[in-house]
Amino acid sequence: MAEIRIKNVAKQFGAFTALHSVDMTIRDREFMVLLGASGCGKTTLLRIIAGLETPSQGEVWIGDRRVDKLPPRERGIAMVFQNYAVFPHLTVFENIAFGLRMAKLPQSEVDRRVKRTAELMHIEQLLKRYSGQLSGGQRQRVAVARALAMEPDVILMDEPLSNLDALLRLEMRAELKGVLAESKTTTIYVTHDQVEAMSLADRISVMNGGYIVQSADPVEVYRNPAARFVGSFIGNPPMNFLPATRAGTNQWTVAGRVVPGPNAPRDRIEFAIRPEDMRLGEDGIPATVRVVEPLGAHTLVTTDVDGSMLRALVDSDLSVAPGDHLSLVPQPDRVRWFDPETMEAVR
Amino acid sequence: MTTATDTVSVTRDEVRSASKWLFVAGVVMLCIWVLLPIYFLMINALSSPEEVTSFPKRMFPSFDLASVTFFFKFQGVLRALWNSVQVASLTMILAIGLGAPAGYALSRFDFRGKEAFRFLVIMTRAFPLPLLALPLAIMFIRTGLDDTILGLALVHATLALPFAVLITFSLFSGIPVELEEAAWTLGCTRIQAFYKVILPLALPGIAASAVFAFVISWNEVFAAAVLTIQNRTLTAFLLQSLDVSPLPLKFAGGAMLVLPALIFIFAVRKYLFAMWGIANR
Ligand SMILES: Nc1ncnc2c1ncn2[C@@H]1O[C@H](COP(=O)(O)OP(=O)(O)OP(=O)(O)O)[C@@H](O)[C@H]1O
Ligand SMILES: [Mg+2]
Repeated sequence: MAEIRIKNVAKQFGAFTALHSVDMTIRDREFMVLLGASGCGKTTLLRIIAGLETPSQGEVWIGDRRVDKLPPRERGIAMVFQNYAVFPHLTVFENIAFGLRMAKLPQSEVDRRVKRTAELMHIEQLLKRYSGQLSGGQRQRVAVARALAMEPDVILMDEPLSNLDALLRLEMRAELKGVLAESKTTTIYVTHDQVEAMSLADRISVMNGGYIVQSADPVEVYRNPAARFVGSFIGNPPMNFLPATRAGTNQWTVAGRVVPGPNAPRDRIEFAIRPEDMRLGEDGIPATVRVVEPLGAHTLVTTDVDGSMLRALVDSDLSVAPGDHLSLVPQPDRVRWFDPETMEAVR
Repeated sequence: MTTATDTVSVTRDEVRSASKWLFVAGVVMLCIWVLLPIYFLMINALSSPEEVTSFPKRMFPSFDLASVTFFFKFQGVLRALWNSVQVASLTMILAIGLGAPAGYALSRFDFRGKEAFRFLVIMTRAFPLPLLALPLAIMFIRTGLDDTILGLALVHATLALPFAVLITFSLFSGIPVELEEAAWTLGCTRIQAFYKVILPLALPGIAASAVFAFVISWNEVFAAAVLTIQNRTLTAFLLQSLDVSPLPLKFAGGAMLVLPALIFIFAVRKYLFAMWGIANR
């Protein structure tokens, strides 16, 4: 059992607040991804869980133990660092065996575990090498194998794939997912790559400016962003936002059209729609085409709607040119609304 | 138009070749400045006593070991040599024993007054030894440290310490913190992580700065001459007997002083360059 509970954790660096009161629960064996822009506090939160950073306030629980006062070695965690941190003075074998030897396991058990994790990560043939003789991808594998060999309750990974080239990243991503699902550990994985987050996660926690903005499964995060930030951060291209003014009870005027919407206690809110959730048709949002970008399966059209930008993904069979006028009909069940003051979703 | 550009390019070429010439001349001058005395020292040390005093000088040594043998048989030399080795070894231990932890702390911890501390470390070199020698001598006599190996080693350690701190500081700073943190997450205490990960990686550099401390003590003459009477180190002994000893002895003694320093410095040059931020190519 290794459920992780983070209670009211905050972290200040001098006068700067890197984390504002974070509350979060990661279920046993869950693959949780922390996603957010650079500098939002992902690494800080991960290091607090690992014990490499002390929180300014709050509690961290792993299983039924409170760990925030314990040193890293007593927390039952293993960590994979962004720059791998493979020990340069030890062979790959000794790197993987390092933690096992610290735990004073018998040699036969050390051999067994090193062999098994090395096979799992496909590095059996590298066991005698030093880290200086490995490629980036191989070092990455050693780092993961070293963590897995500990058979920890929790594996923490800080952007483990960010130093690899695109192709290798894709390959390692799929591999990691398989290996970690099998290992039955609870995983917290930090990334700022939303595609990586979507493809790996059981649940994504989106962070912004030291806050956790939303924790939900990937589709929920994509479909129902809890905050404007989530919609604008996730999705490529991101969500579109258009100003809406009150036209009556549950009625809002968007780009000159009246559409049904929520009952918000404001006169102005924001209408939001994803680029792929619009189609061409009668009586839609009038848009003037500015840029046309063919992407293969679809064509990304950037348009102008009363001075606001609106992006739409249309079928690549459609021939559009800058200057054309389109009528874009939003799919009614995909329309979302946000409060421009609180930046939160309005339902 | 064409002529104008020509003139410009000509002058530019002239400037370039002139500065290149200046550079080469500078390098040659420096080499002569350093190498010529060592060259003469070696020639004379390896020549027979008659050749040393005769004229003209030889360009190549005759590899006659008479001077060297004479030097080692000279009254008190061996004892001074042994004193030098002891003082330098003790200096090395003190400088690294105190300097390496300080260098580690400077590279890994943030504490109040860290910058001031680093400045102070360098400031210790700003007090000229002659100024401190008299009060030191009095203090040493009062505490009974005068004319002892330990007393002199303490002074030499003070001289070597700033270098030890700065070299080990840059050494530890060059080892990624993540390696240490990875060791902690894999079951190490702070001390275990240091011994199992940091020390093996830093050892060559630490050895280099130890050697440097040794050389500083080996070559130091002023404190050695003021603070010791019976237990003279080789430098102090040679200084004392300089005007009464024959020329071959001086040359052989000089060579004995220069040689260890030269060998050691050459062996650890990579780390000294690292300290000064020069890449070794
Ligand atoms: N030791 C520190 N001292 C002062 N400020 C720090 C320290 N560590 C982190 N910060 C600040 O805290 C904020 C969050 O840092 P953190 O490393 O957690 O970001 P991140 O989300 O991991 O970003 P990235 O994706 O770039 O790795 C940043 O603004 C950073 O400047
Ligand atoms: Mg980070």
